[in-house]
Amino acid sequence: MNIIYLLLAISVMVAIIFFIAFIVSVKKGQYDDVYTPSIRMLFDDELVKADPGNKQPLNKVKSN
Amino acid sequence: MEVQQFYYDNKIVKKFIIATMFWGIIGMSVGLLLAFMFIFPGITEGISWLSFGRLRPLHTNAVIFAFVGNALFAGIYYSTQRLLKARMWSDALSNINFWGWQLIIAGAAITLPLGFTSSKEYAELEWPFDIAIAIIWVAFGANLIGTMIKRRQRHLYVAIWFYLATFVTVAVLHIVNNIEIPVSALKSYSFYSGVQDALVQWWYGHNAVAFFLTTPFLGLMYYFVPKAANRPVYSYRLSIIHFWSLIFIYIWAGPHHLLYTSLPDWAQNLGVAFSVMLLFPSWGGMINGLLTLRGAWDKVRVDPVLKFMVVAITGYGMATFEGPMLSLKNVNAIAHFSDWIIAHVHVGALAWNGFMTFGMVYWLVPRLFKTKLWSVKLANTHFWMGTLGIIIYALPMYVAGFVQASMWKQFNPDGTLTYGNFLETVSEIIPMYWMRAIGGSLYILGAFVMLYNIVRTARQGSSVEDELAEAAALQPVTSKRTVGEAYHSWLERRPVKLTIFATVAILIGGMVQIIPSLMVDEYVPVISSVKPYTPLELEGRDIYIREGCVSCHSQMVRPFRSEVERYGEYSKAGEYRYDFPFLWGSKRTGPDLHRVGQKYSDNWHLNHMYDPQSTSSGSIMPSYPWIVQDALDKSDTENKMRVMQTLGVPYSDEEIENAQALMKQQGTQIEKNLYNDPDFVSSYEADKRYAEENGLEFTEMRDREIVALIAYLQRLGTDIKAEDLKQVSTN
Repeated sequence: MNIIYLLLAISVMVAIIFFIAFIVSVKKGQYDDVYTPSIRMLFDDELVKADPGNKQPLNKVKSN
Repeated sequence: MEVQQFYYDNKIVKKFIIATMFWGIIGMSVGLLLAFMFIFPGITEGISWLSFGRLRPLHTNAVIFAFVGNALFAGIYYSTQRLLKARMWSDALSNINFWGWQLIIAGAAITLPLGFTSSKEYAELEWPFDIAIAIIWVAFGANLIGTMIKRRQRHLYVAIWFYLATFVTVAVLHIVNNIEIPVSALKSYSFYSGVQDALVQWWYGHNAVAFFLTTPFLGLMYYFVPKAANRPVYSYRLSIIHFWSLIFIYIWAGPHHLLYTSLPDWAQNLGVAFSVMLLFPSWGGMINGLLTLRGAWDKVRVDPVLKFMVVAITGYGMATFEGPMLSLKNVNAIAHFSDWIIAHVHVGALAWNGFMTFGMVYWLVPRLFKTKLWSVKLANTHFWMGTLGIIIYALPMYVAGFVQASMWKQFNPDGTLTYGNFLETVSEIIPMYWMRAIGGSLYILGAFVMLYNIVRTARQGSSVEDELAEAAALQPVTSKRTVGEAYHSWLERRPVKLTIFATVAILIGGMVQIIPSLMVDEYVPVISSVKPYTPLELEGRDIYIREGCVSCHSQMVRPFRSEVERYGEYSKAGEYRYDFPFLWGSKRTGPDLHRVGQKYSDNWHLNHMYDPQSTSSGSIMPSYPWIVQDALDKSDTENKMRVMQTLGVPYSDEEIENAQALMKQQGTQIEKNLYNDPDFVSSYEADKRYAEENGLEFTEMRDREIVALIAYLQRLGTDIKAEDLKQVSTN
């Protein structure tokens, strides 16, 4: 039955990896703001928008 | 702040979507064929590569790794780029990921029907494929982490965390479970045996569900549901709690697949405890997903994308409520080995994975092709076909499972089994198998409707392969902030390096401690009368593995009165010492076989394999004429025994040298036994004469596969005698 100790050990290791990742992410400020991220992901960065009326994609991209 | 322009890679997303739909329809169609085999067992009569046992792993692997696998890659490649505001790190790795994955699937679609299988559920592919999967998976992970490194958005949205956990955990699970020793190019034996193998397998099997079917899709849920509803997730804080608690708890729940088996009780109870706890993070996630739609339910009424997603999340909620319940020992005693489990997994697969994928595809394709969905009406039709399909599939299977399990356990007042003939419990649920096939057909028809709709959508639009986007560059951490910084603070800002260093450190320590103890210790109570299989039995066992008998027959008599009465003495851990791999099974479409040895005559087995209905009227087992006719391939026997020897099976060198003679001897004995039946003699002699007269090659019965299989079946569970039992129980 020793295999269970191996599995437990691996499970603990995986858990420790995740725990370290958790601590690191907290320290790096990942969770300082728990509101903005949920809004930010709603905005698109794509410059070419859908144009259902036109079969050709827009070639012109607004310049910056 | 510098604004940068760059291109998102849409082409890779499109490729994965095409693969998703292609393999999805194939995987589901194979499932439907299997569903019809329950009603018409002779559908593929005599075609070995279309027999149930060989197609079943093809179905599960195709829907899990091909359909869901390609879908999760499509969703991850799309959302990761947008969430991190960067193109994937390497186009080459993206394409290696894509083409490598498709090649593996194509290889699986060829080798599984041909009978090359390790027999471990959802890990059936043989060792060359296992290595290929590991390599491609690492390519995917490298690409994901590479993109994280060059991201333009410092904050990592919760979906990215889910993707990362998926990569890390699946890699570990896959490698640990697939440690095996090759015999030949497409044959290997598991490194673990019996109870150990069962434990590793279900530690993997359960977490394959957790980290392949659940965590990536939760990431997709946290991206695509807010996007489709155009409103933020209900609670970002809850999503964080959901993520960390889910991944911490999930990995411990595996042993709930082995309740009441020979696995030690404490391990079973550990699995149960964590499985019950798992309810909370799962439902936290479900609630978070559904409440994202608060105030937007009017959109759900008109938008097919949201409809699919709502049913998907609801399915997730139902499956994750049922999971902890099924993990309770008293519920599990009824549900395990029955069709209840089939219903449970299909609620998860058809609703959660299937509908989330459909919703995602309906949302993605119009965006990738800069157009609108060709027909919302058809999408709605698909939605209702799919939803009805799930209901008509799942409900009858719940009933079937409960009815059959109750019949297995039913006793007469005089203490005999009410349904002593297993077949009675099968005939009872045939109507439910019919309904399942109808529900499944509806679901697949729906998928075809989607395919048509998506093709039309793609045609009316024009795809943008490299999507131009712009975002501000990532602000570097200024040198002012790092003045006088120690090494470790520097490391802390580099999560990747930190993770790698930590992993290496932990793995080394763990391996050094654990592996030696694995090598030297006796792990399972030894039963001295349990001996290794003879060479012929070993070959017979490999035929049992090749044909996928384990799909429908368990080899695990649980310690219930109803099972001991029906099958014989309950199974002991020590009996499986030489079982590389274990063959306990997870479903009883037919009866348990652990005590089948010496129960029937050799002739009965021969007739039963050739035509199951001839010995068991009404049986839904397919016939196996090729086993009865084909010559046994004995060329690898010595190699197999040598591998077994390395694994710790006490074969002597002499035995290995004499393997051919030993097989001949045992085969001849079985052939002699078969001569007891005059019907066998007349037909066998007639065949022989016919071959002689026509100058055809004739394989003697003792050299055929069937003899090896009979040798194995007659050996099953016979090593334990009454006197040994007393000895074991006093230990």
